[in-house]
Amino acid sequence: MDDLWYSEYHTPNVRFSIKVINQLHCEQSNYQKISVFDSFEYGRFLTLDGVMMLTERDEFIYHEMITHVPMAVNPDIKNVLVIGAGDGGVARELSKYKNIEHVDIVEIDERVVEVCKEYLPQTACGFEDERITLHYKDGLKFIRHVENKYDLIIVDSTDPSGPGEVLFTKEFYGNCHKALTENGIMVNQHESPFYKEDAKAMKDAHRRIVGVFPMCKVYQAHIPTYPSGHWLFGFASKGVHPIKDMQAEKWNELGLKTKYYNTNLHIGAFYLPNYVEEMLKEYE
Amino acid sequence: MDQTKAPILEALERMKYDRLVPFDVPGHKHGKGNKELTEFLGEKCLSVDVNSMKPLDNLCHPVSVIKEAEDIAAEAFGAAHAFFMVGGTTSSVQAMILSSVKSGDKIILPRNVHQSVINSLVLCGAVPVYINPQTNERLGIALGMSILDVKRTIAENTDAKAILVNNPTYYGICSDLKQITEIAHKQGIRVLVDEAHGTHFYFGKDMPISAMTAGADMAAVSMHKSGGSLTQSSMLLCGKKINENYVRQIINLTQTTSGSYLLLSSLDISRRNLALKGVEIFEKVKNFSQYARDEINAIGDYYAYSKELINGDSVFDFDTTKLSVNTLELGLAGIEVYDLLRDEYGIQIEFGDLENILAYISVGDKTKNVERLISALGEIKRLYKKDKSGMLESEYINPIVEMSPQKAFYSNKESRQLDKCVGEISAEFVMCYPPGIPVLAPGELITNEIIDYIKYAREKGCMLTGPQSMDISHINVLKGE
Repeated sequence: MDDLWYSEYHTPNVRFSIKVINQLHCEQSNYQKISVFDSFEYGRFLTLDGVMMLTERDEFIYHEMITHVPMAVNPDIKNVLVIGAGDGGVARELSKYKNIEHVDIVEIDERVVEVCKEYLPQTACGFEDERITLHYKDGLKFIRHVENKYDLIIVDSTDPSGPGEVLFTKEFYGNCHKALTENGIMVNQHESPFYKEDAKAMKDAHRRIVGVFPMCKVYQAHIPTYPSGHWLFGFASKGVHPIKDMQAEKWNELGLKTKYYNTNLHIGAFYLPNYVEEMLKEYE
Repeated sequence: MDQTKAPILEALERMKYDRLVPFDVPGHKHGKGNKELTEFLGEKCLSVDVNSMKPLDNLCHPVSVIKEAEDIAAEAFGAAHAFFMVGGTTSSVQAMILSSVKSGDKIILPRNVHQSVINSLVLCGAVPVYINPQTNERLGIALGMSILDVKRTIAENTDAKAILVNNPTYYGICSDLKQITEIAHKQGIRVLVDEAHGTHFYFGKDMPISAMTAGADMAAVSMHKSGGSLTQSSMLLCGKKINENYVRQIINLTQTTSGSYLLLSSLDISRRNLALKGVEIFEKVKNFSQYARDEINAIGDYYAYSKELINGDSVFDFDTTKLSVNTLELGLAGIEVYDLLRDEYGIQIEFGDLENILAYISVGDKTKNVERLISALGEIKRLYKKDKSGMLESEYINPIVEMSPQKAFYSNKESRQLDKCVGEISAEFVMCYPPGIPVLAPGELITNEIIDYIKYAREKGCMLTGPQSMDISHINVLKGE
């Protein structure tokens, strides 16, 4: 009997494994190794350079939390920039909003999009919306040329060790600040506070964002397939507050169907464990 | 000759394969005697940190693999002979000068020489005749030597024995090396080229002319800069008319008798790499630089300059692999941008002077890092730009040479407070970084202008080095009779 397991090292001493039915795809693109597997428990899942990006089973948590939190703060958002997100999950969530006029998605690796279109239609269906323009470019290069344009920037990056490295730099966050409108919001994948290496990336990102934006808050979600399961997102703006300025009523009137997100959870997600608060305070 | 060979590398590989039992120095014995060092540098590295032995030849008197490696390198560089050097390009410059001029001989130099040049004059007793470099006032940088200046200086000093040319400068400026060489040779003057920043001229496509191609007599080449070898390794190239055996004697005056095989093999491997893949490598570097230049110029206020500076004389050519950027319009000194890049953005560049920065681009760069540099410069403009009035301008002060650097250096001297030095002869160096040009060299008259410049530079946060007095409050001057 086949006994195939996909394993990922969450630390040198901790391993996370999923029993695999088979490997659907594997290639080395110009930027990274792209693989897709099928599994019993989590359905299909995508890995980049051996790191789990999403599974069909739990991707809704990540994509809802990175999208609906800023959208509930400002449901009138018109212009959106998404950096990374080659799987289409963020696009799918954004396409639920009729008010949004345009979405630019900047993904460096065209192959990720192609592979997801072929094997992960659950998220890649998001690319079908006509309001979306896909750009296969370096995110930093793209944003360098933009000023006062976007109401929302979603940074859906990989870990800072891979091609996503530039998306964790001060120059990138500074350029995001420049590219945002006055009431604009930046939300970013903020790593995890739990394991040492992830926590370092988390703290570095926070320190750099604090250096650029006057309003910086962090919120959390539980994502089973990410290291430790405890994952953070960053919320940054030139003044807009993620809870005080939330327009819960207006958002609820939209009647969007979500599986994880609701406006009560929105508030709760910003209340963090003490050890995380302490890590963040070091830089505030 | 076969450029795919790397004789020193191959000899080291044979030695490892033969598993010789070491009862010779170095005492770490292939790293086994120093675990911490082996852990840090790696076993492979320590296993070839070995002493000269018959199968590995001897740098002081090469007859086998080192000789062969030097011969292949000479061919690759189009030189009559190449020396592998292990004391940095400083040692190559020293060997060039010491084998060309003796005590009392005149040597013509641009003022913006590396300090190793003037230090060599302290060693050999030759007397410098300076040509002040032409400058570009808008950019605040020294240019190359103008042909008129060279002709005039040679006419005034027909007894000069050698002329030294910086080619290219740190910023990428090239002089008309071919014509300078012809003029000097007509007068029987030897041409020495400090080609520390020009290794790639020998291997890239459409590069400025190299010293050996221009017919120069000797050239000091920093293989470890654009050539990719280890820090402190260097190459000394000689033309046809040079007696290589005399040069070797000169080199052996100061060179270690335990030349590092790590350095030597890095020269050998890098030469092979450049000879085989140089065109491709430097095309990539040129493209990186050009892309960065276009993008940086598009930001505005920065000026990343290139071939448009060419004027047929003091800028005869420009090395487009260099990424030099003027920051004057930003209201920030180059050194301020240099500090911001490191402290705020985690980007370390090569240097910043009063009005310029230089980012070193090489084959080791990645697109994403070039993007980071460009973006960080954009951010610095957005966040730190200020009024440009009150910016410090760099200037060159005409030196007044009273005696040879050697005589001044070894004279009886006394330490004097800075203000009381006017009219005295300096016994030591004062270097100012930026811009890295000697303000004073031993044997030069100290003027009011010089004292003012030292104080000014000190106030602006430039780093002053050279004098025994670490805070530059005093200068050693010659003691009156």
